[in-house]
Amino acid sequence: MSNDNLLTIRNIKIEGRSDETWMPIINGIDLDLKKGEVLGLIGESGAGKSTLGLAAMGFTRDGVRVSGGTVQFDGIDLLTASAATKRALLGKRIAYVAQSAAASFNPAHKLIDQHTEGPSQHGVMSRAESEADGIELYRKLRLPNPEQIGFRYPHQVSGGQLQRAMTAMAMSCRPDLIIFDEPTTALDVTTQIEVLAAIRNIVEEFDTAAIYITHDLAVVAQMADRIKVLLKGDEVEEADTRTMLSAPTQDYTKSLWAVRAFQRPQKPPVAPGVTPVVSVRNVTASYGKVPVLHDVSFDIHEGRTVAVVGESGSGKSTTARCITGLLPPREGVIEFDGEALPLDYRKRSKMQLRQAQMIYQMADTALNPRQTIGQIISRPVQFYMGLSGKALRRRVEELLEEIELPAGQFIDRLPSELSGGQKQRIGIARALAAEPKFIICDEVTSALDQLVAEGILKLLARLQDELKLSYMFITHDLATVRSIADEVVVMKDGRVVEQGPKDEMFRPPHHAYTDLLLSSVPEMDPDWLTNLLQARGVDNIGDAAVDKMT
Amino acid sequence: MSVWVWIIGGLAAIAVAGWLFRLFGQKATGNKPFFRDMPYSVAFGYVLGVVLLALAVWYYFQPRVNDMGIPSAGVTFFGWAVNGFFIAAAAAWVFRLLGRNVGTKGTRKLFRQMPLTASFGILVILIYATLAIFAGIIAPHGQEDVFAKVNVLPGGNIATGGDPAFPLGTDQIGRDLLSRLIYGAQNTVGIAFATTCLAFFFGGSLGFLAATLQGWLDQVLSRAVDVLMAIPSLIFALLLMTIASAWAGSEKWLLTVYMVLIIALIDSTRVFRLARAVGMNIVVMDYIEAAKLRGEGLGYLIFREILPNATAPLLAEFGLRFCFVFLTIASLSFLGVGIQPPLADWGTMVRDLAQFINFAQFSPLTAALPLLAAGAIALLTVAVNFVVDWMLYRSSGLKE
Repeated sequence: MSNDNLLTIRNIKIEGRSDETWMPIINGIDLDLKKGEVLGLIGESGAGKSTLGLAAMGFTRDGVRVSGGTVQFDGIDLLTASAATKRALLGKRIAYVAQSAAASFNPAHKLIDQHTEGPSQHGVMSRAESEADGIELYRKLRLPNPEQIGFRYPHQVSGGQLQRAMTAMAMSCRPDLIIFDEPTTALDVTTQIEVLAAIRNIVEEFDTAAIYITHDLAVVAQMADRIKVLLKGDEVEEADTRTMLSAPTQDYTKSLWAVRAFQRPQKPPVAPGVTPVVSVRNVTASYGKVPVLHDVSFDIHEGRTVAVVGESGSGKSTTARCITGLLPPREGVIEFDGEALPLDYRKRSKMQLRQAQMIYQMADTALNPRQTIGQIISRPVQFYMGLSGKALRRRVEELLEEIELPAGQFIDRLPSELSGGQKQRIGIARALAAEPKFIICDEVTSALDQLVAEGILKLLARLQDELKLSYMFITHDLATVRSIADEVVVMKDGRVVEQGPKDEMFRPPHHAYTDLLLSSVPEMDPDWLTNLLQARGVDNIGDAAVDKMT
Repeated sequence: MSVWVWIIGGLAAIAVAGWLFRLFGQKATGNKPFFRDMPYSVAFGYVLGVVLLALAVWYYFQPRVNDMGIPSAGVTFFGWAVNGFFIAAAAAWVFRLLGRNVGTKGTRKLFRQMPLTASFGILVILIYATLAIFAGIIAPHGQEDVFAKVNVLPGGNIATGGDPAFPLGTDQIGRDLLSRLIYGAQNTVGIAFATTCLAFFFGGSLGFLAATLQGWLDQVLSRAVDVLMAIPSLIFALLLMTIASAWAGSEKWLLTVYMVLIIALIDSTRVFRLARAVGMNIVVMDYIEAAKLRGEGLGYLIFREILPNATAPLLAEFGLRFCFVFLTIASLSFLGVGIQPPLADWGTMVRDLAQFINFAQFSPLTAALPLLAAGAIALLTVAVNFVVDWMLYRSSGLKE
């Protein structure tokens, strides 16, 4: 063992308890981390990234145990260390930044009070010193109004600010090692870039070693010096970031790298005068007295995909709710095949309801957990087509075939027995069961791993070609837009800021906001963030730049 | 004074012993994490537990009758309680073993994962159900039969004032207590079960309706429930029962019907609250939105989409609510406005037999009579709660 290693993990094996037996989660992984080095851990969900990250702190979740191997932190064996030794280390020399800052802060205390707790408990600084230091850290992390923001409660600051406040908290004792567990996954692209820049700066400034866990390759390319790829508890490969990006050796890594390559060709423009399937005309809507949509108009033609892009809160999902009739617009019309639809879904006929279907982001909440797959898919068939008995079963089997799942295996299962991608396919089958002309896809791939998401996108594309379906594709991920869209609508603050065919949209000149969105999407180039910061300046990225625009 | 010296001295001894226990534990095991990371309070707790256990064992083996032939009620009752505990545990264990080896694959799996407390609860509930259903066959006499021998003491020994025909003796007017205890299961438990079902029917359907439709209907129902819940329930029930007894006049059965309705009304407010809260969490789910957009009617939404997802918390609440209803009926009967004589009922039995407690110094068996009815109530409450705990644990998805 070399002496400059801060963290050395040797052949660690971790098991989790399920149904009275111990199932392996990590099967013997080695990990080395030097002082001041950043290691990226990537892999799909279930690969064991977070479990390994926690094990690096000598910690396991409930129902999980370490069954072999060693974890050495600066010469201390964390797995056999006493509780008192670990208490002295954790928080002071090893810190942790969780994925959901909102769920990890105590909502009942002010940010600064939570910040000063670590240093004063560990005797690093007095409370007053730590408070002054906290303000300094907030300034370094480019939080707005650093003197005052600490006196707010967690719910009074935005998600990106909270994530940075949490990074400041992790830094409060100047630890030697920080574990970042997907710190930007829940954030919008423009917010993400700001947090990434802040984290990178502060880690460099204090020469802190870090383990950066994420499933987003482009993000890890910006942050890490070295990358380790995990698959189902095994290490696939590990290499220096540049080597890894340019010349991966394993097939699995190559397939991960290739995911972003899927792209549909741009379809020719629709002939003028053709009636669009769905036409949104001058829609204005509000929740109570709060206006959320202003004069939104766009058309969706047969067999085409319109991607609606924007950050959270920009009104994408609200537009979908207006089209489905869940939120009747205050002004404007929704036309279907040239005919105005009643604005409230309760006033629409069964036929009108059947024509527009929806696929949801979270397949977990979109499928009734107490109904079998067969029941879920057969209900719309029964309800709209009036089929029953053998004909119904045959139709359900057909639909399952359509979404590439073997009917015999799945028809009697419950949603909880399916993987995320399979659940999303069931959601698609349920929409198809109504034999609609138009489907709204609300962030259908954002909760999925990249390889799985790609499968879903390909399936949707195939179905569109076969059944002449029209899609309204709501997403915040521009890579998805690039792969599937024909036309793009960019929304901001409830307004359409720009719309047009995909090829035009990805070519300059852009509207200032579209430009900001496009430039905020991390690329696989490890110098991307550095270059962007140089080109734009630290004040012209992220939310700060969005605020300047309004 | 000396008692305090004993207590303080004992605690100090335990405190020292706890410290030594941890120290020697660390030495003996080569500093295993169990002893190494043990806080002092836990070590203290271990020693305290051992001392209390030793005291309990010592007390259990004290003579039940002293040299002068006077029984000691404390030792006797404690002995019964300990014996009862071990017999119950053994019965539950045997019952679970039986369940693990008999029955379908599903039930066998259920019993394999079951804790002993739950199998005990199920066993007790099964016994109560059997007693209630077959009371007419099991009980040696009718519940209203009056015999010439009054105040026969329990035990069945003629020398000590008992009678083999009445193992538990008779009451002041000569009714067989064993039969009344068995019939009590039928009356108290049966009426409680019917009342709980009624409360769930009203509270549950209105709660789901409020959650689904929301708006003014929700406001009206919820505020009405708030008003009803603002009045202390037992006092409210007493008040309404007083009115009801005026309406019922001499029709005793009508008063029982009124009682069922009144308790169902009061308890349905609690069920409404739960059903509405659970329903509110379910109606925001995307699958409900999908069903609404499909054009499904209210009935389908409530019974096919919401209800199956609400069964776990509702079932758990059913168990708890059943206990509350059951206790309310017993309380009302104890106060004289509940189930009316000559129907046998445990609450009334506790009241009628209460003065026997005074005999504890002379005959612990006689003093146990009112405790028998009270114990029947307590046992069922505990059993139902064991089962409910287990169901909650299963439905919460925490398998560890």
